[in-house]
Amino acid sequence: MSGSGVNKSPKKVDMPVLDGKKRATNFREVSLGYTAEMAMVEAARCLNCVHKPCVAGCPVNVQIPEFIMKVKEGDFAEAYEIVTATNSLPAMCGRVCPQENQCEALCVRCRNGESVGIGRLERFVADWAMENLCRLEYLSDSLAGKKVAVVGAGPAGLTCAADLTRLGVKVTIFEALHDVGGVLQYGIPEFRLPKAVVAHEIDNLRRLGVKIRLNVVVGRSISVDELLEGHDAVFLGTGAGLPSFMGIEGENLLGVYSANEWLTRINLLNAYDKNYDTPLKGAKHVAVIGGGNVAMDAARCAKRVGAENVTIVYRRTENEMPARLEEIHHAKEEGIIFKLLTNPVRILGDESGLVNGLECVEMEMGEVDASGRRGAAPKSGSNFVMEADAVVVAIGTSPNPLVASSAADLETTRKGTVVADENMRTTKAKVFAGGDIVSGAATVINAMGQGKVAAAAIAEYLRE
Amino acid sequence: MYKILSKKNLRDGTTMMEIDAPHVAKKAQAGQFIIFRVDKFGERVPLTIAGVSDAGVRIVFDSAGASTAMLANLDAGDFIQDFVGPLGKATHLNKDAKRICVVCGGVGSAAALPIAKAYFELGGVHVDIIASFKGAEFVILEEDMRAVSHELYMMTDDGSYGEQGFVTGKLAELIESGAAYDEVITIGAPIMMKFVAQTTKPYGIKTVASMNPIMIDGTGMCGCCRVSVGGKMLFACVEGPEFDAHEIDFDSLMKRNTYYMSEEQKSRESCRLIWGWGQ
Repeated sequence: MSGSGVNKSPKKVDMPVLDGKKRATNFREVSLGYTAEMAMVEAARCLNCVHKPCVAGCPVNVQIPEFIMKVKEGDFAEAYEIVTATNSLPAMCGRVCPQENQCEALCVRCRNGESVGIGRLERFVADWAMENLCRLEYLSDSLAGKKVAVVGAGPAGLTCAADLTRLGVKVTIFEALHDVGGVLQYGIPEFRLPKAVVAHEIDNLRRLGVKIRLNVVVGRSISVDELLEGHDAVFLGTGAGLPSFMGIEGENLLGVYSANEWLTRINLLNAYDKNYDTPLKGAKHVAVIGGGNVAMDAARCAKRVGAENVTIVYRRTENEMPARLEEIHHAKEEGIIFKLLTNPVRILGDESGLVNGLECVEMEMGEVDASGRRGAAPKSGSNFVMEADAVVVAIGTSPNPLVASSAADLETTRKGTVVADENMRTTKAKVFAGGDIVSGAATVINAMGQGKVAAAAIAEYLRE
Repeated sequence: MYKILSKKNLRDGTTMMEIDAPHVAKKAQAGQFIIFRVDKFGERVPLTIAGVSDAGVRIVFDSAGASTAMLANLDAGDFIQDFVGPLGKATHLNKDAKRICVVCGGVGSAAALPIAKAYFELGGVHVDIIASFKGAEFVILEEDMRAVSHELYMMTDDGSYGEQGFVTGKLAELIESGAAYDEVITIGAPIMMKFVAQTTKPYGIKTVASMNPIMIDGTGMCGCCRVSVGGKMLFACVEGPEFDAHEIDFDSLMKRNTYYMSEEQKSRESCRLIWGWGQ
C-alpha cells in the first residue's frame, strides 16, 4: 500500500491475541498489539475527514486523524507527540478505553464496515514510544511557582497532575494505598493492563517532576483544609471505592468477596504468586455476580488462579451487559460460563460458615423502565441451586466517603458523590474534583476526561 | 520506607515498636489503627495504635503470623516498606461519664491504653481497667495500664499472677458491688468481647467493642472487614473499628477471622524468614 492511498478494507487489521485456552492459565497480556507494519496498514483505513467526528467522541480530545496520518507515514515519534499533546497516559487508554462507544463509534468508516482501529493505533504509538524511550514534554512554564495537591493516584488524578505539571505547576499526588494507579493498579488485571505499562506511564509523570506521596489517607492522615495551607488548589480524584453488596442472605459467609477484595488480593497484592504473602483461597466453582467489566475481570482472574468452573451470573441478557464486547468475547474464549437471566437470591453455606452454593431464580425480560433499560422480573417457582465455593459480588461501587466527610463546606449528593460544576469546581473554594467521586462508578476514560477538564479549570483559576 | 525507632520485647512473643511516622503520630487518636507492610512481598496488616510520641507511633503485636514474625525479627534502625494511618474512627469519648471500665486481654491491653488514657486525662472520669492474661508469663504493660487508671485489676486464667478468673466474673462482681459504669469498652479476642457484651447487657450498660477483622486496604475499598452490627453490614475500617457490642454478631466475626488460618499455618511453616523466598 502506498503512503497516500486509502486502505478500503471494511475490516480492521486483526490484533494478534494469545490462544484462549492457553492464556487462561497465566497472567500474560492477552492482546499483543500491532506490529509497525500492521499499524501502517490499519492507519491507511483512516479517511482523514475534515470534520473529524472521532475527536468529538474522545473525552481527552486526542487529535485522532492527525496522529493516524503520521502513523500511516511511519513517523511514529511525531504521532506520539500529537497523542501526548492532549493525553499523557496513552498506553493505558489504548488498552482500556471503550473506544467502540466513543471515538470509534463516530468513525465514518462504520457506515460501511468496521471503524478505524483507533484504540489499537493509539496503543501501538504508545508502546512504540515506550520501547524507543520517548518522553513527555513540558507544554509551557506559564504556571511555574504554583502548587497543587492531587488526592488519589487513579486515572482522574494522574491526568490532572500530568496536565498541570506540563504547564509548570508543582504537583504532589497523595495516594492512600502503597502503590500508584488506583483502579489501574488494584482493579484492572495484569493480562489486560500490564503493571509494567502502568509503572512506565507513571514514571513519565515522575520524570516531569510530579511528586507522589504514598500511604497518605486524605481525610485521616491529613485534611483537605491542611492541604490548602500549602497548595494553591486541591483536586479530589478519590474514586468510587466502596463496594456494594446485594443485601441477600449469606453475604457474610466465608468465600464471599466483593470484586474489589478479590481483584485487590490478586492484582495489588499478587496473591496468586507464591512469592507474596497475601493468601488467596483456592476455589473450584466460582460464581461472579454482575455483568460489567469488573465482573469479567473477576471471572477471568478466577480462571487464572485455578478455578475449574467460573460462571458469570447476570440478571438480564447479554444485550444489556454493561461490559465491553471485547471483554465478553475474551471471557467466553477462556471458558467462562455465562448464566444469563439469572438472579441470586441467597448464598448457602455449611456448618463452619463456608460457601457451598448459590441459590438463584430465573428471570424474564419485561418492559423498558424509567431508567431506559428493559426491566427483568423473576419467574416464580424457578429457583435452583448452583454449585459454588466462592462467590464474587461485582454489582458496582459507590463513592468513597472518607474525604468528603472530613471536609466541611464540600457539598455532596444523596448518593455520596461530590457536587461539581461543568468545570469540575466543587462548592468549596479552591477545591476541584473529578472522576468517579463526581460521576459515580464510570469508566477510566471518563475519569481521565474529568481530570483534564479540572486541570484546565485549575490552570485558569491559577492565572487569575 | 519507615524507620523502626525503637524495639522492646515485652515478653517472649510480644514486641513493642515505635515507628518513625510523625504525620501519623500528629493525627492519631484513641481507638484508631494503622496498616503496615514489612516489604514489597508482604501482606497489609492492621494494628491498633498503642500510643504516640512526637516522632513515632507505638505498636504492640504478637508474632502470630508470617508478617508479624518478620516484623518482630527487625530491629531499631531497620526500615519497613509501608506504614499508613491513622485509620478508622476515633473512640467516641463520653465526656459526661462518671465512671468507665476498660476490659482488655492479652495484646489487646496495648490497644486499650490510649482509650483508657483519653478518659483518664479528662479528669472527671473514674477509670477502671480489667486486664486478663493466660498466665504470669503472658503479662505485659502492667505499669502503663496502672498509670492511666484509678483501679487496675490483673487477672490470669490459671491464677499464676493477680487474681484467678475471667474478666467477665470480675466485671460482674464490680457491677454487683455498686460500680455504676456509664460505659464499658472492651478490646481483645472476639470471644472475650462477646462474653463481656453478654455480661453487661442485663444491666443495660452501654458497651463498645473494638473490632479486629481481616482487612486489606483499610479505607473502605475491599469490604473484607464487614461486620454485622444490629443486622446491618458495616465496614470496620471506615465506620468502626468500635461498635455497640450489644449489636455485634460476634459468631460471624469469629468465623470470618478463621478463614485464612490454614494459610497462616502454612506461611508460618514456610516463612520467608527461615527459608527465603522463591523456593
